[in-house]
Amino acid sequence: MSDPQAAISQMGGRGRHQGRDGAMVPAATPDSYYGRPVLTAPVWTWEIAAYFFTGGLAGASATLAAGAGLTGNATLARRAWPVALAGAAVSPVLLISDLGRPERFLRMLRVFKPTSPMSVGTWVLSAFATATGLATGWQLLGVPPAAVGVPAAAVAALTGPVVSTYTAVLIAQTAVPAWHDARRELPFVFAGSSLASAGGAVAALTPVEAAAPARAMAVAGAAVEVAAATVMTRRLDPRVRAAYEAPSTGPFHQAARACTLGGAALLAAAGRRSRTATVAGGLALCAGSALERWAVYKAGRVSADDPAQTVGPQRDRRGRPRSSESSRAPSPSPHSAARSTTSPRRSS
Amino acid sequence: MTVTYGEEARERVGFFTDTSLCIGCKACEVACKEWNAVPEDGLDFMGLSMDNTGGLGADTWRHVAFVEQRVQLEDVEGLRWLMSSDVCKHCTHAACLDVCPTGSLFRTEFGTVVVQEDICNGCGYCVPACPFGVLDKREEDGRVWKCTLCYDRLRDDQEPACAKACPTDSIQFGPLEVLRVHAKGRVEELHERGQDGARLYLDSPDDGVGGAGAFFLLLDEPEVYGLPPDPVDCTRDLGESWRAAGAAAVTLAAVVAGAVLVGRRFA
Repeated sequence: MSDPQAAISQMGGRGRHQGRDGAMVPAATPDSYYGRPVLTAPVWTWEIAAYFFTGGLAGASATLAAGAGLTGNATLARRAWPVALAGAAVSPVLLISDLGRPERFLRMLRVFKPTSPMSVGTWVLSAFATATGLATGWQLLGVPPAAVGVPAAAVAALTGPVVSTYTAVLIAQTAVPAWHDARRELPFVFAGSSLASAGGAVAALTPVEAAAPARAMAVAGAAVEVAAATVMTRRLDPRVRAAYEAPSTGPFHQAARACTLGGAALLAAAGRRSRTATVAGGLALCAGSALERWAVYKAGRVSADDPAQTVGPQRDRRGRPRSSESSRAPSPSPHSAARSTTSPRRSS
Repeated sequence: MTVTYGEEARERVGFFTDTSLCIGCKACEVACKEWNAVPEDGLDFMGLSMDNTGGLGADTWRHVAFVEQRVQLEDVEGLRWLMSSDVCKHCTHAACLDVCPTGSLFRTEFGTVVVQEDICNGCGYCVPACPFGVLDKREEDGRVWKCTLCYDRLRDDQEPACAKACPTDSIQFGPLEVLRVHAKGRVEELHERGQDGARLYLDSPDDGVGGAGAFFLLLDEPEVYGLPPDPVDCTRDLGESWRAAGAAAVTLAAVVAGAVLVGRRFA
């Protein structure tokens, strides 16, 4: 190129960020600030998604254990309580390790704050875990005695469903569109998921003659989980639904559904006769439940990172047109601005 | 606000950021970092016009946004350059404060929202709760940090560092009621001058956060600056969320009850 000016501007452009017309600055779109997120994505790590699973499983197992005890199915009760206890023991470890300052975990019990689902949940989980420990000890070891064990079992049975569903409230009570806009359905997704995983896990550990309630619970839970998840995604604004269909979430969502339905089918068809089928079905249901929690957790990050999911529905709410053209006619004064936004042309 | 300070209560103060006066000098970013000893968070070259900071976070409590726009002026094409200094909004209905489970986030006697760093255990709930994406967790530290509206300076009757450093008085600090009156007058003045796009953002107590302690005069739609058009404190929907969870919990218990009762027939 004989023109030195053109050569210099071409050299300067190469290797640096190029917008349209060879401009140096990316075009600012009127729908976002350079495509940057409006929200800050949750900083929670995999432990929180895992806790959704373990807490849900524990809560539903405790309710099952208490129900089995009440209906004279001691075999089932003696399997369900340890499952609940295992979940209740692992859950605080997961939660504490996610904290930025784990050594300060007791700060969670400084206050009881009704506006904070995490505060309410921490107290409920604490009561649940304590009660489950006492009830399991009473059922399996005879220690503590029934005077403590029976009320403990009642507390565990009452707080169990709360433990299994409050986590949905926790994530729904954020600004993240994929979670907040699904606040009416997420609790049912989590409830169904808890029922399915708890029923499946307990059934797998129980002789088939005594496991009928666990199987029934698992199959019903699977139906609730899949139905609620379907309704949830259908009801979402299409822009927000994209968070559940993204490459990092869609496959998990679908795998969860497949495992849940497959596991439920196995239990329903062959669970009564075959312990092997029950174990396989139980494992599949647990896998499905865990995968579903993972998909929901990841969808939150995708949703927070996408400015369109925040801006779009909010603009609609304000009654503003979706196009980038202004609804306001530009005034004739030289100081007024039109809404078209492109990067400036470089003078050459 | 549900906190009652009694005799300790002070008049509510805040920021009015008039972005029509901002020259993009970033003195506010520097002053804030210097006063609050905020760590360096990346010497990046993002090239977003003159913005190399990116956005608010644990280590950026004032962020100047730059937006270049083409403007048609009769028969000539010109350029409009929007500049705005973003900050924590210190909302009247603050989602971060509502969801904090340790009580670390609290409302001060000035009406501002502050994180008590000796209590915060880094649970991170406030991070996705904020409709503006203000808060974030500081990596190695583990706790969440944000603008304090220079709480320490307020208690010495000083204005915040950013307002003090701003050379054009784009960042104005004072009693919120006074600022709101002044802001309305300023918008009218701009409209008279032909700046039809001038509007106030977060000044009205009727919006989703109840109006903010830091409100703005913008020259274009909020989303152009990276701000949400209709931010809402998620706590507004708390009752609805808990009712759904209650129904789901009852459903869970009912399914278990049905299962143990029905299953009895097959025992």
